[in-house]
Amino acid sequence: MLFDVRLPIGLLFLAIGVLVAGAGLTGDPKMLDAHNAGLNIDLVWGAIMAAFGALMLILAALARRGDLPPPSGD
Amino acid sequence: MHMGAVDWGILALYLAFVLGIGIVSARRAKSGNDFFLAGRAIPAWVCGLAFISANLGAQEVIGMGASGAKYGIATAHFYWIGAIPAMVFIGVFMMPFYYGSKARSAPEYLRMRFDEKTRALNAVTFALMTILNSGISMYALAKLIQTLHVFDAPFAHLGLPQGWIFHGAILTAAAVVLVYIYMGGLRGAIYNEVLQFFLIVAGFAPLVWLGLKQVGGWEGLQTSLGPGYTHAWAGMAHASTNKLGVDWFGLTMGLGFVLSFGYWCTDFLVVQRAMAANSMSAARRTPLIAAGVKMFIPFIVILPGLIAIALTSAPDKPGATVSPPAAVGSIVHHEPGVIPIKIDPTTGAPMLDARGKPQLDYDLATPNLLLRYFPIGMVGVGLTALLASFMSGMAGGVTAFNTVFTYDIYQAYIRREAPDAHYLLVGRLTTLFGIAASVAAAYLCSQFNNINDFLQLVMAFVNAPVFATFLLGMFWKRTTGHGAFIGLAAGTLTAAIHHGLTLPMNDLAGLKGGWIAVTHTYVSEMAQNFWIAIWAWSACFITTIVVSLMTRPKADADLAGLVYSLTPKIPVEKGAWYMNPVLLGVILLVATVALNLLFR
Repeated sequence: MLFDVRLPIGLLFLAIGVLVAGAGLTGDPKMLDAHNAGLNIDLVWGAIMAAFGALMLILAALARRGDLPPPSGD
Repeated sequence: MHMGAVDWGILALYLAFVLGIGIVSARRAKSGNDFFLAGRAIPAWVCGLAFISANLGAQEVIGMGASGAKYGIATAHFYWIGAIPAMVFIGVFMMPFYYGSKARSAPEYLRMRFDEKTRALNAVTFALMTILNSGISMYALAKLIQTLHVFDAPFAHLGLPQGWIFHGAILTAAAVVLVYIYMGGLRGAIYNEVLQFFLIVAGFAPLVWLGLKQVGGWEGLQTSLGPGYTHAWAGMAHASTNKLGVDWFGLTMGLGFVLSFGYWCTDFLVVQRAMAANSMSAARRTPLIAAGVKMFIPFIVILPGLIAIALTSAPDKPGATVSPPAAVGSIVHHEPGVIPIKIDPTTGAPMLDARGKPQLDYDLATPNLLLRYFPIGMVGVGLTALLASFMSGMAGGVTAFNTVFTYDIYQAYIRREAPDAHYLLVGRLTTLFGIAASVAAAYLCSQFNNINDFLQLVMAFVNAPVFATFLLGMFWKRTTGHGAFIGLAAGTLTAAIHHGLTLPMNDLAGLKGGWIAVTHTYVSEMAQNFWIAIWAWSACFITTIVVSLMTRPKADADLAGLVYSLTPKIPVEKGAWYMNPVLLGVILLVATVALNLLFR
């Protein structure tokens, strides 16, 4: 049986990313950008984290199908 | 500061995943080889990230931020002069002996190469120091969580006394690490370290992004802080003309050579990660992959410190307008901002330096920046990063400890011949014992203020000479066990004597040095540390050579695979360029020189 660490990393980042981006979409804009950086950091960074998680999941899935060499030798 | 439901959700998710990885790994931890060496089956990139992560503990993250605030970008010397060359050296030159000898630990290599007493000395000091270190870092984390007041509201809500936050932080973190190592062994720790590595980056990278936006980018930092903060090599010709208080020779020899090579090339906490790799080639690439990532870590751990100090000394900037503690009102020179003034815990008054100016509590630079600039949601990500860094550092210590204790102390001196299952059980129980001992050490630190400083000092004495022993052992076949043992003892003794004879400027004789007599004064404590290391290393190096020449060496046949000249050269691997350790090493060194030039 193969354990691919990209699987838990992908799932966790996707989950955290969605949570944080969700907070960015629904939160009070004044609270989200209290220092006027002109950036909804929750939305932007949440999306980046979710995208990274999705990428990890895709890589893990490809490796499972045998399209890519498995990252884990065991 | 208050946390929202999202932040709690993120922390809970993190804990669930970390425990889950431990449980999944447990299914494969059936033998000693699985538990202590992760079955020697981990791919290079996983080992490489774990290699960095195990070192990227909370002390590193907080400490580098604090140094960034105090000394500026010169702190990056710890990476660009320190870590990278040493990591290249172990990957290219030393890993063939660690991995090829089939030793299960660094002390075990010393037994194979030298003798029993050298192994015993190294194993016992390593085991003790590792456990104490993890206790110190546990104490620091609990103290930090208490200071940040993030858990004040939930504790009050549950009707629990605020004093329990300290206990809660220590016990929760310890229990989680215990579960995943007890179940999954080194494999559980390594997989979690990779996850934790990505979380640390995810927590601190956006902090730097937001922070740089706030101070007007790197140019903004340069204008508001001046060249002393933003040039790593400015004024390094003399100790008195730079913030570190060290000259270039002390820096490159003390930090770059002795201390960094001593840590990255011999400390089993990191070496163990490479020894778990699935092949010799993967083991050699582990520190090289790690170095490739490591050279960019300063940008996420040191820059927050620079940003915090920029937002502290320029109160007219937005976000830097927090009122100073009431007690400071009477003092003319106060610096409201991200980094608060250090308060004496017993009197409640601000602490002053030698010139009567209030001292800043630099350790809070990174955490305070995080709490101030992250909104609800990102706060959860940031706190998770802090917790992840703490756990990865602690797990690194605990897995190294249980291996060294089980194989180099228990199997060597308590029960020599036993079935594998017995040592597996001992390893699990040692994990339990090691974590309990760390918790005890953490409480010891909270009881006695100076014990932390004292322990760090003893560790510095013991660590400083070690690299000379490994270097001579691996590259000079004439080195003998008596030479190695007496050399180590002489090095440690020299470190202690040098400390007893010198003192940093503006310090009183005692724990800071000069407890024999003050014969030399250093510009800074850092300079003293580096020079102690240089002296200790040289004493160990010379003593080992002299004693070796007077004693009988091992036969050549017994040293095959353990010494450079008696080991068949590893043929250059066919395949892609990135599989070639020597080429990777050269690329890494060129890139490091480029970074030094860029930030000179």
